[in-house]
Amino acid sequence: MAPIIVDARNLLCPMPVIRTQDAVVKLQPGDSIKVLCTDPGVLHDIPAWCRVHGHEVIDIEEHEHEISITVRVGQSG
Amino acid sequence: MPRQAKAVALISGGLDSLLAARVVMEQGVHVEGINFYTGFCVEGHTHAIRKKDRQRPKRNNALWSAEQLGIKLHIVDIIEEYKEVVINPQHGYGSNLNPCLDCKVFMVNKAREWIDANGFDFIITGEVIGQRPMSQRKDTMPVIARDSGAGERLVRPLCARNLPATLAEKEGWLDREHLYAFNGRSRKPQMALARQFGFEDYAQPAGGCCFLTDKQYSVKLADLWQTRGTREYDLDDIMLLKVGRHLRPRANFKIIVGREEGENRFLEGYRKRFISMIPTSHTGPLVLVDGEVEPDDIELAARLTARFSQGRDAQHVTVEVRHTDGMTQSLQVTPMPSEAIPGDWYV
Repeated sequence: MAPIIVDARNLLCPMPVIRTQDAVVKLQPGDSIKVLCTDPGVLHDIPAWCRVHGHEVIDIEEHEHEISITVRVGQSG
Repeated sequence: MPRQAKAVALISGGLDSLLAARVVMEQGVHVEGINFYTGFCVEGHTHAIRKKDRQRPKRNNALWSAEQLGIKLHIVDIIEEYKEVVINPQHGYGSNLNPCLDCKVFMVNKAREWIDANGFDFIITGEVIGQRPMSQRKDTMPVIARDSGAGERLVRPLCARNLPATLAEKEGWLDREHLYAFNGRSRKPQMALARQFGFEDYAQPAGGCCFLTDKQYSVKLADLWQTRGTREYDLDDIMLLKVGRHLRPRANFKIIVGREEGENRFLEGYRKRFISMIPTSHTGPLVLVDGEVEPDDIELAARLTARFSQGRDAQHVTVEVRHTDGMTQSLQVTPMPSEAIPGDWYV
């Protein structure tokens, strides 16, 4: 299944993390979500948030000033 | 076997909240963290804007604390609700526009709502009596517990032995003998406890986590309120207050001048909301014009834009003006000399 897209471009941390968190809470373990961002702070913050909540970052892409991070939802929610 | 008690810790990213959570975890309580985003939090948007800051380590200290503790961290957007705290603080402001006591009451109240909704037993904060002049005093501790509605469900592990017993002690979830009696502004006890727990590289404590404690930022916010005739704001307003040079040449408008590439890029995102200017004959900043302007205001703003460009000493600079409807015009202007810009135009 294609990942859910969350557009967090032009938002500064921690708002992209909050948008990720708010989207993940509606998903099931194994689902995935792709977060589009422009704040380079997400390269640290979203993986850190995933680690403390038991989710997995499965892909990070950077194109010029845009970053997309794909997360697979873990068991702990 | 008695059930495991559950607590939520307010995690700011500083040392005190890190230690407070850990002290409670040491007693076998299940702890999760909560962090409130007001829009004024320093970390976060300070990372991203200025290019020179992009080389600095980028870490959210609250998330870092949660990782050190091995706990979940719930980050809660309170931007809208927090406006009432900033605009109308019941206990007043500190030395700038920082409503520290109301802020603490508000956050503990939000944490109380959270524990009620999630079946947790009590709330942990890193408060220490005497640590902060406005919000962490002996006489404000009961005010926070009372006004937040948390009452006995609020535990301050670092100074608990200086305060009456809370529900957690009465229920036997916490042993008072293993809580602390820190008092005053000294950081030495916290640093010693951090060493004992093996915490290193923690965020430097005290102040600094909220733009409202910053004098210059507060001046800009006061200017925004005064010129609009209302104390309302939105997230874009408070983000823009920390970007660029702000000059108010006339009461009806101000300009925001990008200081470098990162700020210019950030300001680009606002070109549909504000009239914007950029020099085209010379390298120069992106400038936003905030206010209701007449043609002579536009010309003045363009002359200021030229002043901050590489053409500041040129006879003429061409400035492209883009209006919010997408229409553009090109103005050839004489850069305003630095000495002609009164100091009080700088907000």
